[in-house]
Amino acid sequence: MRQKILAVDDSRTMRGMLEQALTTAGYDVELAEDGKQGLEKLENDKPDLAITDINMPRLDGFGFIEGVRNQPFLRGLPILVLTTESAPELKERARSAGATGWIVKPFDEVKLVAAIRRVLA
Amino acid sequence: MNSKTNLRELFFQECEDLLESLTDGFAELEHDSTDMETINAVFRAVHSIKGGAGAFGMETLVEFAHAFENLLDEVRAGENTVNPEMLSLFLQSGDHLADLVDAAQSGTEPDLVHGGELLAQLLTLSNAGGDAVPAAGGAPETSCTNEIGDVDFQPLTLDLDSPLSEGEEAGPVVMRFTALKDLYVNGNDPALLFRALEEMGDLSVEADLTALRSLAELDWDEPAITWTLTLDTTRTETEIREVFEFVEGFCLLEFLSDDPGSDTPVDPAPPHSAGPDATAPANASMAGSPTDQDSVRSDGPTRKAAGTKNTIRVDLDRVERLINIVGELVISEAMLSQSVTEMKLDSDNKVGTAMGQLKQLSSQLQESVIAIRAQPVKSLFQRMSRIVREVSQTTDKPARFATEGDYTEVDKTVIERLVDPLTHMIRNAVDHGLEDRSARAAAGKPEQGTVTLSAAHRSGRVLIRLSDDGGGINRDKVRSIAEARGLISPDAELSQSEIDNLLFLPGFSTNDEVTNLSGRGVGMDVVKNEIQALGGRVSIESEPGCGTSLTISLPLTLAVLEGMIVEVAGATVVVPTNMLRETLRAAEATIHAMGPGDRVLASHGEMIPVIDLGAFLGFRTPPQDLSEHTLLLIDSETGARIATVVDHLHEQREVVIKGLEKNYGQVVGISAATILGNGQIALIVDTDQLFEKSRAVQPSALFDKAIGA
Amino acid sequence: MDHAEAFQGNEREIVTFRVSDQEFCVDIGYVREIRGWSPTTVLPHAPDYVKGMMNLRGTVLPVMDLSLRLGLGATEATPRHVIIILVVNDMTVGLLVEAVSDILTVSYEDMKATPDIGSTETKNFVEGFFTVDDRMIRVVDVTCVVPANTGEPR
Repeated sequence: MRQKILAVDDSRTMRGMLEQALTTAGYDVELAEDGKQGLEKLENDKPDLAITDINMPRLDGFGFIEGVRNQPFLRGLPILVLTTESAPELKERARSAGATGWIVKPFDEVKLVAAIRRVLA
Repeated sequence: MNSKTNLRELFFQECEDLLESLTDGFAELEHDSTDMETINAVFRAVHSIKGGAGAFGMETLVEFAHAFENLLDEVRAGENTVNPEMLSLFLQSGDHLADLVDAAQSGTEPDLVHGGELLAQLLTLSNAGGDAVPAAGGAPETSCTNEIGDVDFQPLTLDLDSPLSEGEEAGPVVMRFTALKDLYVNGNDPALLFRALEEMGDLSVEADLTALRSLAELDWDEPAITWTLTLDTTRTETEIREVFEFVEGFCLLEFLSDDPGSDTPVDPAPPHSAGPDATAPANASMAGSPTDQDSVRSDGPTRKAAGTKNTIRVDLDRVERLINIVGELVISEAMLSQSVTEMKLDSDNKVGTAMGQLKQLSSQLQESVIAIRAQPVKSLFQRMSRIVREVSQTTDKPARFATEGDYTEVDKTVIERLVDPLTHMIRNAVDHGLEDRSARAAAGKPEQGTVTLSAAHRSGRVLIRLSDDGGGINRDKVRSIAEARGLISPDAELSQSEIDNLLFLPGFSTNDEVTNLSGRGVGMDVVKNEIQALGGRVSIESEPGCGTSLTISLPLTLAVLEGMIVEVAGATVVVPTNMLRETLRAAEATIHAMGPGDRVLASHGEMIPVIDLGAFLGFRTPPQDLSEHTLLLIDSETGARIATVVDHLHEQREVVIKGLEKNYGQVVGISAATILGNGQIALIVDTDQLFEKSRAVQPSALFDKAIGA
Repeated sequence: MDHAEAFQGNEREIVTFRVSDQEFCVDIGYVREIRGWSPTTVLPHAPDYVKGMMNLRGTVLPVMDLSLRLGLGATEATPRHVIIILVVNDMTVGLLVEAVSDILTVSYEDMKATPDIGSTETKNFVEGFFTVDDRMIRVVDVTCVVPANTGEPR
């Protein structure tokens, strides 16, 4: 069975790029436009991995991660954070919020898949 | 089109929306510069543009967006406060960002000089920019640009100066790895890390279970296994460490020498220590304190979040086709309905009921389809706010830009084709319309002039009005220029409005020397031509000392219109009803003759000019005896009223507007045509032109030609 | 049909028709369809040769009296008259003619220049002529007959 990835980003372009890259890499892709919609989609879509942007309206990436980690059945879900800032503070913040790893935008497909493979069985 | 191109397209479409929300945000900040929600939204917009631009390698755009974003981030983090100076920089930066997006889209060169200035200003206002400048530093802007750029866009690597650094490639690498509880909590899995290592070379894994207690005593949350990993690889330690990047701090990682005898543990780069700070000393001041950022980063719901709009993008041709087909459907329905009526069926006949439903559905369908192409004029208006700013700056005439009716919907193509004429009109309004500071002060007006752009639906048309509160048209000057250029004869008698309309004559320019703004070889005549090509008209009104307003009246292409179907001189024509006040039989009205051939209707103490529609259309000479005719009282935009003579009234109904422009051209007195239930074409009367006719002026032939009346 | 393509090669098909007892033709590439006459809606302030507007399945298009346009006198249109629908310069227009006679294949190399004798209208609107079996078939210059749409009010 193909693995499913939920990609959460408020930018249409970024969603499009993620969808394309992930589909090409052989994953099923679900998309959400912000953290809130991401959490809603998690319940139904049961992805194997979530990729989330940080800066989003309604519920940002940190809120999304927190929401995931607070749910007993989702606790172990690997989450990669998309960030343009590779500033260490931001990564640290993502990690302390519970992110499994991160991807620095702009990403290429190789980098993206390598990061996924480090967190997704 | 390949997928990469598609994504690029998507990016530019998204940029349009993002730039729009940016402009919205700035407008709100002008009212309340402390609203966190707005600042967050603005930040996100710039951030998203940067993100996409990075993906497509648009470096100039990335660099600028980045500096802009940094300053916004400081504001967001409460480290910097928005003051008028900063807001003005924001506006200009937003404009420049739009330029850069345009340049990236069209593949042209952006204005790098102006961009460089703005970039420098962004960095100067930024705390980080200031802080990052070394005290003795020579060229501050350059140095901090580089620093910011480098730090943020470098992929994170762990400390580079460890014993097994680049170049030392020989021999297997031995590591001791213990996973801590948090590693699992964050969703990491040692097995996956091992898999990643395995992809780098030959890996052997040995588990050390000595710390593992019996099942009964086991604390599931406390990891107890330590692995010894031996990797035979040509990769550098940096690359190997990258595998552990995500779990840094959640594990104990020791790099052992391949010689088991000399066990030199390597500091696994604990997250809170040297790593980041060592690589980027300028960093801390730039990114600000993480705690401060946290407090604002929990974004609340944002009203106009671009991302939450549920939209699809459809090729315009498809919509066009759909609109045409639906137009045909509505006409077929009308024809069918007429045939059914002629069959004189019983009132309870099912066909009649079904026809009623069909009629309702097809008209709903039509409305919905037309709505697809319609777009609010907001984005157009926003583009104009920028023009006002630019001209205001160049001419040193402070100007406030106000808009009304931003959500008035107009056909998308019409909106696009309004950009050029409106741009020119706005330049004129600020450059020529508004007085300079001293003149305004002398007139007791506020130093800052106001330019107002408004949109509204009226009479089945769209009215776009641009007004300024400047000095109004200097009619003496206009007249003397027109005379000097031989546009009118010195003895021509012109009304005020006719003088104002001289501005639309080809080649007319009120400025003796051409200014570098308005006088780009384009006069108001070009504006007028462009509007006419859209099936529209421009009119001008001016009050000395109070200002000038230009009104563009445009047809709603492909829309429907509520009209009175009337018979005149044997022709069936449609009179739009939205400005129709009253109909009355001429036999019951009081009509007086006025001079040779002119008549007026006395109604409620008013004298209303009577115009024969048949004569207006050139179909007949006005009938002498009106007793068998009907009068339609029609109001104009400006409150004037006329009585139009027709022969019979048929019915009032909705008609589909069919333009005459494509296959024929504009027709004087006629705004469009429609197809009646019997398949015949009926012309739709342009009531505005009835009013022009009623003014009964005798303009010079040249003037007549110039205003196309 | 694509007009550019229509004129490639010398062998062309032409539609011939009668106007005021003279035979004319247009290249078939311009012709969209041929319909019987039905009354048109008169346009105000239009030139006399514009008979009015007709409805062609929802498209509103002008019909021109070709005879009048060619200076051969006005046509008293009856249901036996024919309207040739042309697409010229992206505009769809109708030409009122007496009757359509033929579709012929001709070679444009055989087209002869208009003799310098005719009226202004003939010189302006006739490109040349073919002789086919003693018939003289005048080639209508459609781009001149159909006035360019300037977007300006008429």
